[in-house]
Amino acid sequence: MQLSTLLLLLTAASMAAFWLGRRKAVAAVGGTRAIRNLHSLPGYYGYYAAIWCAVPGLLLIGVWLAFSDSIIMARVTSILPPHLVGDSGGDLSLIVNDIKNMAAGQFANPARAVELQPAVELYRSLTVSSRWILTVLLAPVLLAGFGYAWSRLTPAFRARNRVERVIKILLIMASSLAVFTTIGILLSVVFEAFRFFQKVPVADFLFGLTWSPQTAIRADQVGSSGTFGAIPLLAGTLLISGIALLVAVPVGLMIAIYLAEYATPRIRTWVKPILEVLAGIPTVVYGYFAALTVAPLLRGFGDSLGLSVSSESALGAGLVMGVMIIPFVSSLSDDVINAVPQSLRDGSLGLGATPSETIKRVVLPAALPGIVGGVLLAASRAIGETMIVVMAAGLSANLTINPLEAVTTVTVQIVTLLVGDQEFDSAKTLAAFALGLMLFVVTLALNVLALAVVRKYREQYE
Amino acid sequence: MLTGEQTRVRVAASLARRYRQEFLFRLFGIVSIVIGVGFLLFLFTTIIGNGYSAFWQTTIKLDVMIEESVVDPDGSRDPETLAAANYARLIQDALLEVYPEAAGRRDRRALKSLVSTGAAYILRDRVVDDPALIGTRHSFWLLADDEVDMLIKGHVEAGGDEALRRLSDRQVGWIEGLQAAGRIKKRFNTQFFTAGDSREPEMAGIWGATKGSFFMLLVTLLLSFPLGVAAAVYLEEFAPNNRWVDVIEVNINNLAAVPSIVFGLLGLAVFINFVGLPRSAPIVGGLVLTLMTLPVVIIAGRAALKSVPPSVREAALGVGASQMQVIFHHVLPLAMPGMLTGAIIGMARALGESAPLLMIGMIAFIVEVPNSPTDPATALPVQVYLWADSPERAFVERTSAAIIVLLAFLLVMNATAVWLRNRFERRW
Repeated sequence: MQLSTLLLLLTAASMAAFWLGRRKAVAAVGGTRAIRNLHSLPGYYGYYAAIWCAVPGLLLIGVWLAFSDSIIMARVTSILPPHLVGDSGGDLSLIVNDIKNMAAGQFANPARAVELQPAVELYRSLTVSSRWILTVLLAPVLLAGFGYAWSRLTPAFRARNRVERVIKILLIMASSLAVFTTIGILLSVVFEAFRFFQKVPVADFLFGLTWSPQTAIRADQVGSSGTFGAIPLLAGTLLISGIALLVAVPVGLMIAIYLAEYATPRIRTWVKPILEVLAGIPTVVYGYFAALTVAPLLRGFGDSLGLSVSSESALGAGLVMGVMIIPFVSSLSDDVINAVPQSLRDGSLGLGATPSETIKRVVLPAALPGIVGGVLLAASRAIGETMIVVMAAGLSANLTINPLEAVTTVTVQIVTLLVGDQEFDSAKTLAAFALGLMLFVVTLALNVLALAVVRKYREQYE
Repeated sequence: MLTGEQTRVRVAASLARRYRQEFLFRLFGIVSIVIGVGFLLFLFTTIIGNGYSAFWQTTIKLDVMIEESVVDPDGSRDPETLAAANYARLIQDALLEVYPEAAGRRDRRALKSLVSTGAAYILRDRVVDDPALIGTRHSFWLLADDEVDMLIKGHVEAGGDEALRRLSDRQVGWIEGLQAAGRIKKRFNTQFFTAGDSREPEMAGIWGATKGSFFMLLVTLLLSFPLGVAAAVYLEEFAPNNRWVDVIEVNINNLAAVPSIVFGLLGLAVFINFVGLPRSAPIVGGLVLTLMTLPVVIIAGRAALKSVPPSVREAALGVGASQMQVIFHHVLPLAMPGMLTGAIIGMARALGESAPLLMIGMIAFIVEVPNSPTDPATALPVQVYLWADSPERAFVERTSAAIIVLLAFLLVMNATAVWLRNRFERRW
């Protein structure tokens, strides 16, 4: 039986439970005219019955789906010919994959197809019977849940409070998802990074000066042991992000100042949406633009000056990334500049300062912590930006501070290591997770710092 | 100590310099705005200038004789036989009819390459749909090869060193002949909107990627909107002031700033390797994007709930509603437009996201158009990335055209959000 059919059955059963529960509650007080004698509105009695039907059923299905497959696989692998079930666990997982693929009627591994045939048959039949057992088990569970609810449905039963408590639990679960996401990110990245650090020492990773993640495919291969020194990647990331910030911070800040202090409302209503458009453009578009238009322009310009500019120069990627984060800087700065009390400006202007002097000597110093927070957030965004650098920056690690050369970044390496065929026990693939961990920690630290700075500043004027 | 007169002299002497600084400062502000707006204009003109020509596709008119001996040798009209026949030969014969002088093997191959390899499939579909064509002579507008397309559109030059060009002088001569005979026409490129990906630029389309994006956004919307609303309701209306709620709030703010590629790592490690969901499937992409958009939806939802005045709550509580009833019957409906606006903006962001999708295998080369969220698929921005990497000149205009389509979708979504906000949001 299909999973969707089961869920449909469960829904139908819950609806029936709702209807029966509601009817029982109304009948218990002798019809709709006397429902004021019920503790709650009749619908709540229905919902109570439905919840007692649906929740146990969903739990059963969830538990079944989580465990049945591994139990079935244990049975299936026990009948495999002994020479296939080698000593290494890696082989077994490949065989399990083959069995699943063959059972699904997809591609079969020709080397093992015949040997695996009985296992595949067993897997198929066990999967089918597992679904049937689940269906058969579901009925008594639903009935038991419903029976329990039914036995409690009396006019004095506080159904609304019970139902509302369930809803509240659901709300709490939904809001806790953010925490579980963070934990999930940490666990997945930390776990794989830990496996990486078993193969490569932490010190080599953090302080090594060469990055060349080629590992030997065969054991007897020469000259490709792979070195995983992250310093060139960090340097490249900082170089590109630095160029981006050099573009974005002055331009974004000046836009915010002009819009907040000088611009007429008319200009503001025009310029703000345009900046929002700039913020809404997908990064892949920026990347395409950087690679296809900006990089050749820079190269042509460099040639005319007699400079050799790489076609994947850090400058091109950094400039475009800078434009991408202009709206980010300007909207954050706009907020903090507007939060500076008007009385400070009035005082400065009253003493005879020009508007620009007021801004430079009064408004900006007052807004400085907020602006610094905004710049930190922008830096974290620049460091984590992926598509622009994947498309417009280089692939080979190059330890340089010359913006005209090609450098690579942490995010570029994560993408190149993980796109394509993966082997989950090679240092090459695991290195991506170690880089991901580094990226996560750095951006998280920048964010926490930025938020702390911004919060401290806000307290001053509120 | 300065006297009043001395001060006045000093100020007067510095005024010119100060006004100059004032002017420069304002100029700097204006220049900054011009940089921002100018870049946007530059970007749009480049992309539209590169991309608009992809909406037209060069076709070649050929009189094809649908030989029964080639298409259906045993005369059974069996669709399988018809589908397996060698249509490329029919097209080659039709070309040879126009240019009988192309006799040698190399010449024939050069002549054949003027027409797209995909043209044979299109011809096949026509014949399978309408077997009455067999044995007749019919003129078809067939897809030209991408090199021919580029020449006709003027993206590549016919002059210069022949060795450096993809089309030989001979081929250019043939194309000019076809053009003079009125056999070449640019027609609206329906293939671009109806086909999946292809290695041949003239056969490649965005329909597969669009459907992949659609399934992904569907999963994202179905999950992130209810979850986000529920979380916003809890945090705004019920949450006590305790440690756990603080942790949740800090987490939501931080998740909003985690680089998207890290979410891709999460999807790869958890959804694919741990849970065992299929690679390259929109459902995994949708799950990852759900986790990414959730903070956006929650933050917008909280703002919307906050804007509902307390008097509404108090009135409902006053007539005996429970707290839950107050929220679900009164506050939530009033906050809904704001929440929907937030959800649409989150969806628009999710639509443009590509980095996490690279991690979960959605950049595989997939020709088939997906039909469910578990079929392998790619997404619109990832399609842009894939085509941007392709060396053929014709993919440049197709990449730009795909970007135009992507931006159009984003524009529609954001416009809807603005419209919703203006139409339904109440100011209290």
